[in-house]
Amino acid sequence: MSPSKNDHKTMTLKLIVWRQNGPNEPGRFETYLAREITEHHSFLEMLDVVNEDLIKEGKEPIVYDHDCREGICGTCSQVINGLPHGGQTRTTVCQLHMRKFKDGDTIYIEPWRARAFPILKDLVVDRGALDKIIQAGGYTSVRTGAAVDGNSILISKEKADYAMDAAECIGCGACVAACPNGAAMLFTGAKVSQLAELPQGKVEAMERVNSMLGAMQECGFGNCTNHYECQASCPKDIDVKFISRLNREYLKALVF
Amino acid sequence: MILDGKSPTGPIENTWDKHRFDMKLVNPSNKRKYKVLVVGTGLAGASAAASLGELGYNVETFCYQDSPRRAHSIAAQGGINAAKNYPNDGDSIRRLFYDTVKGGDFRAREADVWRLAQVSNNIIDQCAAQGVPFARDYGGYLDTRSFGGAQVSRTFYARGLTGQQLLLGAYSALSRQIKLGTVKLYPRTEMLDLILVDGEAKGITIRDLVTGKIRTHVGDAVVLCTGGYINVYNLSTNARGCSATAIWKACKKGAYMANPCYTQIHPTCIPQAGEYQSKLTLMSESLRNDGRIWVPKKHDETRPANEIPEEDRDYYLERKYPSYGNLAPRDISSRAAKEQCDDGRGVGPGGRGVFLDFRDSIKRLGEDVIRERYSNLFEMYERITDEDGYKVPMRIYPAPHYAMGGLWVDYNCMSNLPGLFVLGEANFSVHGANRLGASALMQGLADGYFVIPYTIGDYLAQTTPGMLKEDAAECKASMDEVEGSVEKLLSMGGKRTPAEFMRELGTIMWEYAGMARSAESLGQAIEKIPVLREEFWEDLKVAGAGSELNQQLENAGRVADFLEFGEMLCRDALNRDESCGAHFRVEHQTGEGEAERDDENFSYSAAWEYKGNGNEPELHKEPLTFENIHYAVRSYK
Repeated sequence: MSPSKNDHKTMTLKLIVWRQNGPNEPGRFETYLAREITEHHSFLEMLDVVNEDLIKEGKEPIVYDHDCREGICGTCSQVINGLPHGGQTRTTVCQLHMRKFKDGDTIYIEPWRARAFPILKDLVVDRGALDKIIQAGGYTSVRTGAAVDGNSILISKEKADYAMDAAECIGCGACVAACPNGAAMLFTGAKVSQLAELPQGKVEAMERVNSMLGAMQECGFGNCTNHYECQASCPKDIDVKFISRLNREYLKALVF
Repeated sequence: MILDGKSPTGPIENTWDKHRFDMKLVNPSNKRKYKVLVVGTGLAGASAAASLGELGYNVETFCYQDSPRRAHSIAAQGGINAAKNYPNDGDSIRRLFYDTVKGGDFRAREADVWRLAQVSNNIIDQCAAQGVPFARDYGGYLDTRSFGGAQVSRTFYARGLTGQQLLLGAYSALSRQIKLGTVKLYPRTEMLDLILVDGEAKGITIRDLVTGKIRTHVGDAVVLCTGGYINVYNLSTNARGCSATAIWKACKKGAYMANPCYTQIHPTCIPQAGEYQSKLTLMSESLRNDGRIWVPKKHDETRPANEIPEEDRDYYLERKYPSYGNLAPRDISSRAAKEQCDDGRGVGPGGRGVFLDFRDSIKRLGEDVIRERYSNLFEMYERITDEDGYKVPMRIYPAPHYAMGGLWVDYNCMSNLPGLFVLGEANFSVHGANRLGASALMQGLADGYFVIPYTIGDYLAQTTPGMLKEDAAECKASMDEVEGSVEKLLSMGGKRTPAEFMRELGTIMWEYAGMARSAESLGQAIEKIPVLREEFWEDLKVAGAGSELNQQLENAGRVADFLEFGEMLCRDALNRDESCGAHFRVEHQTGEGEAERDDENFSYSAAWEYKGNGNEPELHKEPLTFENIHYAVRSYK
């Protein structure tokens, strides 16, 4: 693969990064320089460069979660200048590019901060609580091999589209990090709404909403007080209307 | 040695049904006595663990990610094939079978491919029942679209996020079993060794990626669903954590590696921008339904794309392959792009790119329709390149994407080591020398939902549960070995980082064993890789300690394995002195530059037995016979 040898103008940036050795250790901010960064670097590629420099200097590289680097796995999780994923609309950290910054900028980098997400190291947190919410009921109870023909249950295009809008959630947890209450209502609401909207999921809707909300509380997530920071920070722009739907489904389960 | 794939005999339509009846069953009340270790939680792993847990087996499942939902299957965009024939356009199980065997250039086992085509329809039903929001038409019926290498519309999809939705479906089924207690989940865990008892797979040794602790897990069978090895090229469309480590460790314990030279280079990726780049981003092949691929006719073209008139554009795929046009299969499209760029007509920085142009379909259908179909892809393109694909043609270039090769398995998806099953991209089974689009999701889920639940029973029914105990000598030996190799990686005290070594290996692999290979280039790679490997073990620098979350150490281990595996890939490519599918040996091409197979000498799967570093691996052959489809020259003209 022969990369282009364009003479990009390069930038130097000052990074102020949260470093923490373990869940029970105190954390601190450290300052580093990112040098020779072009507008085509992704944010994580910029951190890769910084880490290589740190290693050469005999220092510990910054630990951060990342994997697919195309905005779909939901692994990357950094608060950049106070905003989860850095604040570009519909964009995860891994898809954020350095053309959004300019030479000489100072950038603050922190982990997701929420009661339900203990910090493991530096910018890496434990999001196992989100899995627990899904395990509580984020599924239909169909046995492998027991399904009827896919076209035997018709689903209107509107319903399929609505379910898909909710199902696009990548489970990154930015909504929790953005919420002043550390709530996982958008995450939970999206899954509850997707399944409640579809005939296949409707059957268990009441039981589902109860047990998922129960798990949410047990894991230490807060409640929604209508700040809507979650949608603003969501890289998939999951709509807060799914929180309203969550509340409606919960009411239905209470009443019936 | 001649390997036997144990394909059932008789009319192919009945092979899977007959085989299902012939296999032994485990009594329902005995199932919980058997423990199955499932490594990897992508489509294959999650569906396997969920289905086996549901059957009553005692399952433990492992992934290196922090959640099973993040496995790289999630990134598949385009869709999943099935032979439903809902559009009434001539599809059938036989046609999907035929297209897959032909698409794989006659290098896959017929019976395996038939089974895949047969269960493809069950997959769609299963996923719809899980609440996967497939695209629907206005009547509420499931919608399909066309994909490369097929002339029927059989690809089911969920926007450009089909892999995500299918994986979340499998993850939800897995989560249900975790809640029920039939499956125990170990996230942030990496498998670093396979444990054998009398040659049978009975356990694994893992490293807890958070605490750094090494420990063993014992069971009655091991199911590897750890994906492909295409990151051996360093830059690929795979996630950064994808590696050959699990299958390579199994190979070093005696499992055969089959056809590693079959590597798929995907035609529609965003071109590389610089040396620092960490991955290449794929743009779904579905874009080729509405985008037209072209390069300027003139070598010294300087006008902006939109100002180049029709007569100065070369729509080379439409010109060379009129009946498939822009939907020619991946290997053919990729090579054609390389050809144009080698000819000096490539576009963009460095001249390594071709245009993918939506101008005509926007004119025909309107921008809204294109937006509805592909908006997430256009958005992604703009974020990475800062260019608007609705206004100027996109630039694309091929990039390593998928591994057709993998551990050798028989018809039961069991490797040559009894008790070691391999599913999904990690095995070599159905795609032959080239995989068609939308078939990877199909295979992962077929293996996990509909094959392993039957075939693992046949093996377990013939074994006694609990043969290996955690305090056994085999476990201790494996732990010592893994601890020793972690220690070694940390103690080198050299100057170069794992990332630097991986970049160098990737460059060797891409230059000498990439889209086009020759005996000469492969010979050079086989000389260069051991040199680099030696340097690695002298000059490696790994920061941090072993007893903590240490990404440098994780990466170093994966690079060490790639440095060994890459050489085997090159040896396989050198041995296969023919061109077939994605494996293109420049010595073997037609006058028009198409791949030229040698069925007389190479109609076999090559399964390699590891014989120690620096030693040549031993070749075992599984002959391929085609009784239902006749060899033909793969033509898409």
